[in-house]
Amino acid sequence: MIHIENLKKYYGKFPAVDDISFDVARGEILGFLGPNGAGKSTTMKVITGYYPPNAGKITIDGHDVTEESLVTREMIGYLPETTPLYLDLTVYEYLKHVAEVRRIPKDLQKQRIKKMVEVTGLTDRLDQTIGKLSKGYRQRVGLAQAMLHEPKVLVLDEPTIGLDPNQIVEIRELIRTIGKERTVILSTHILPEVQATCDRVVIIHEGKIVADGTPDELQHRFQGKPVIYLDVHGDGAGDIEKISALHGVETVEQLEDPEPNVVSLQISTEPGTDPRSDIFRLCVTEGWTLLGMNRKVESLENIFRSLTQTDAAAELAGEAAA
Amino acid sequence: MSWSVVTAIYRREMRSYFASPAAYIVLAVFLLITGWFFTLNLFKENLAHMRSIFDILPFLLVVFAPAISMRLISEERKSGTLELLVTMPVRDFDVVFGKFLAALSLYAVALIFTFFYPFTISTLGDAQMGGIVAGYIGLFLLGGSYLAIGILGSAMTESQIIAFILSFALSAVLAILVFAAFVIPPPVADVIQYLSSTYHFQNIARGVVDSRDVIYFLSLIFLSLLLASRAMNQRKFL
Repeated sequence: MIHIENLKKYYGKFPAVDDISFDVARGEILGFLGPNGAGKSTTMKVITGYYPPNAGKITIDGHDVTEESLVTREMIGYLPETTPLYLDLTVYEYLKHVAEVRRIPKDLQKQRIKKMVEVTGLTDRLDQTIGKLSKGYRQRVGLAQAMLHEPKVLVLDEPTIGLDPNQIVEIRELIRTIGKERTVILSTHILPEVQATCDRVVIIHEGKIVADGTPDELQHRFQGKPVIYLDVHGDGAGDIEKISALHGVETVEQLEDPEPNVVSLQISTEPGTDPRSDIFRLCVTEGWTLLGMNRKVESLENIFRSLTQTDAAAELAGEAAA
Repeated sequence: MSWSVVTAIYRREMRSYFASPAAYIVLAVFLLITGWFFTLNLFKENLAHMRSIFDILPFLLVVFAPAISMRLISEERKSGTLELLVTMPVRDFDVVFGKFLAALSLYAVALIFTFFYPFTISTLGDAQMGGIVAGYIGLFLLGGSYLAIGILGSAMTESQIIAFILSFALSAVLAILVFAAFVIPPPVADVIQYLSSTYHFQNIARGVVDSRDVIYFLSLIFLSLLLASRAMNQRKFL
């Protein structure tokens, strides 16, 4: 549906987007993830036709965004990061204005506005001036505006920024509902958002793509060594050598005693192994009192953090290119 | 050109003109100043003409027109709404043209309020209505040109003040070129004079609405709006 090929966009000499390529399939919800200033908004502005690209090619449903801009702009609904709206208009007046500018047929306008207002939960705010609405409601107006012409593609730049937790959940659900019929690109720097809403994630850093895949895939691909935290009771319990001998165990480290008479161990294991049952059996045969055992896999959050710390990112970008 | 887009933009601009006090203030100041010049020599000269207005207003418009048009695009650029507007499937010229028509309408309203003056004159004495009508046509075209230049200025920056200064400067140059004849030898002066907006206004105000003068103003308007629509879609210049 959306095809991006070797896109480059410079601000002066600064490469905001440096040679990125990816595709978004029809009906997919793509999460565009990266720290602030990574190039997410810039990419979106090029997709929507606001900025011309310096190099590369973007097509939407086969139409080039620079050569057939009127066609592609027709297909896109866009919500910029700052949710720019005409604050002096009421919600209804604003949506009516957008419907006119977008040349939605007159007989359809009211019906579309009604539908979008219901979907975004704005029905009882129709006659309120936008300037007097809270951030959350403005965001809904922005979403309603973006979907009014029933676009094939939705480009949402940080759609949940500035919302309270309840609103975030609502907007995410809304996006997921919309995403069933449409192609959605949403940018965010909030990780749970990606896991909650997106089918696929593209992580971008300093204008380059550092990872691309489903949230699960990324978790698998970049997961570090699973770590087991073990607490046993009593002096002499938790013999490091005996545990190290178990299959799959790489290193064992004793942590500072959190409580008296408790031995806390951090056991890092080889990827793909889970020696927890062996550890349990060892505890039984040795007569150690097992107080707790906990296995941790690296979260997407950590993956993101490690990917977007400059050095690691450069390395990975090199790998991805190769 | 899509009229649906032009009228949607037009309606939105008209609404925001009259929803804020700005339009009323501009109208009031306009009427105050024109009224002052109108009555200044009216009873002293005891002549039924509007020359005092037709002499002064062309220069007053150099300030008045940018004041009407300065916010039209710069404000949208600053608030970010321009980004949403130009990423909708609209032609830039349609957007600029809708805004131009709104500014022109506000100006037309201001002009219509001044119809009170010729009406007063015609009741007091034997006024030359033909000349007055021609003068108004000239004022309309001249003001329209300065408004179009004002939109060009507004398209180039996100600051209303800079937009005002830019369009004021451009309009002022066109307005005072007519005086070139005093300091430059004839063949060159004629060409420069021909570029001056005031020169063409004076031709019309003399009572002859010549197509050459009308074409000058229409070209100036069209060129300014075309440049404005180009400038609007660039990242800001200033």
